[in-house]
Amino acid sequence: MAELLFALNIFILATFVGFEVISKVPRLLHTPLMSGSNAISGVSIIGAILIAGAVGDPGRTILGFFAVILGAINVFGGFVVTDRMLQMFKRQPGDDTRR
Amino acid sequence: MTTSLIELSYLLAGVTFIVALKWLSSPKTARTGNRIGAVGMFVAIIATLFHQGVLRFEYIIAGILIGAVIGTVAARKAPMTAMPQMVAVFNGVGGGASLLVAWAEYWVLAPGKHSLDVPISIAFTVFIGAITFSGSMMAYAKLQELVSGRPIVYRFQQPGNIALMVVCLLLGIYLVWQAPAGPAMIPFYVLMVLSLVLGVTFILPIGGADMPVLIALLNAFSGLAGAGAGFILHNHVLIVAGALVGSSGVLLTQIMCWAMNRPVSNVLFGTFGATVQVTGAAAGKTAQAIQADEAATLLAYAQRVVIVPGYGLAVSRAQNETRDLMKALEERGVEVKFAIHPVAGRMPGHMNVLLAEADIPYDKLVDMEVINPELERTDVAVVLGANDVVNPAARSDTGSPLYGMPIIDVDKAAHVIVIKRSLAPGFAGVDNDLFYMPKTRMFFADGRDALVKILQELKNV
Repeated sequence: MAELLFALNIFILATFVGFEVISKVPRLLHTPLMSGSNAISGVSIIGAILIAGAVGDPGRTILGFFAVILGAINVFGGFVVTDRMLQMFKRQPGDDTRR
Repeated sequence: MTTSLIELSYLLAGVTFIVALKWLSSPKTARTGNRIGAVGMFVAIIATLFHQGVLRFEYIIAGILIGAVIGTVAARKAPMTAMPQMVAVFNGVGGGASLLVAWAEYWVLAPGKHSLDVPISIAFTVFIGAITFSGSMMAYAKLQELVSGRPIVYRFQQPGNIALMVVCLLLGIYLVWQAPAGPAMIPFYVLMVLSLVLGVTFILPIGGADMPVLIALLNAFSGLAGAGAGFILHNHVLIVAGALVGSSGVLLTQIMCWAMNRPVSNVLFGTFGATVQVTGAAAGKTAQAIQADEAATLLAYAQRVVIVPGYGLAVSRAQNETRDLMKALEERGVEVKFAIHPVAGRMPGHMNVLLAEADIPYDKLVDMEVINPELERTDVAVVLGANDVVNPAARSDTGSPLYGMPIIDVDKAAHVIVIKRSLAPGFAGVDNDLFYMPKTRMFFADGRDALVKILQELKNV
């Protein structure tokens, strides 16, 4: 249970940091915020790697394998699509040259 | 030693995630921030490969390659108009990954060897992960119009959903209670399947225009599922990342609800827009139509023009023509701005992304609160595929379902041109008085066709 309390500690503090940081994101960037934070939530791929890389029950390895695929789609897709969107916002106000 | 290095890498990754979100506060730094986050993720993944429990790599490498190809191709090929669907799918797979992690951990739950927090976290993660997965896929189907975007309602829908939720909770408690004896796979699978079903039935009654709230909420769920996986594995970077994403999703959900002046419960359970009620406004009133030449003249001789984009712009893929109109008017010395309602479109910030794609400088995309005082001094307001967000009934008609929703005050401009295919009511199912005002002219056409015609006529003015 001590481990759970410690983990909860981290979770709650990180939530506050999240609220603090994200409340400053302008509406202009709400879509990239969603896709970018979504890419970050793909971090569960780490758990998937730990499972897929362990030696033991084959059923568990298969589950880990599929989890790695889903996690990788989430991470790669999320970061790439966010980058694609943000590149469109790179023009400086008043700058009239086409990219 | 290796363990400490891995932990340090995770700490670094957590910091880069916070920096990535922090740098999103300005368009100037946002792209770099996103890349820093990606680097952090890369570091965390590489570090995990050195974990002492990771003994074979074939499944890891194959899985990452497959996922990377699918994810990258999808992210590169999808048109900007399809971004809401794309974000929904990515949310879903993230939830799915967490679900599978929980499943794999429950599979090998050793009897009596773990503390209570592991089965609690597993039950939670399976529930949230499954809802995120099936809910996101359902949201995708709605946004892609594989199923109707209108709310789908049936008898005993909400009681049914509540019953499902209670059964899931009871199953979760049973799994935790049963855990010291080892895994009980049958009840586990029942919990998983019921949660998947709940994800679908929970989304069915939510209509198309409420999608911004739903997508933000699913975003929060995918974060919570990730954090849940972190609780199972006692992995702190998962917990930190999950908490960050969870708070981002919750905050966006809240912002979207404020922008509609409806509590989140009303959005989720209200089946808003299920019935089309034709109010008295339509009776006995006639709207005045306008043709392209008149519209072009009106715009060409204006000093200030405000364009209000809505979901219709995304549907007719008119973003490039919108930019051309802006350029053509600016060449004539007309000042053009865009008024962005927070819930215009199908996800938070949808209009901004579409217009930015067409190379419209972001300083011309003005938030509702900033543009509203300027509308009194605006000569022509052009409503392009928007409806409910410019309905004056939201300000004045206490009986309207829209009452209290902040709107863009286009009715305060000197002239209003509404580009719309028909007089049909918007998503809220209520008639729009704006269409019948003496200063309003209706241009009945598809958004893109209308803009092309106006652009042609502008050359002759």
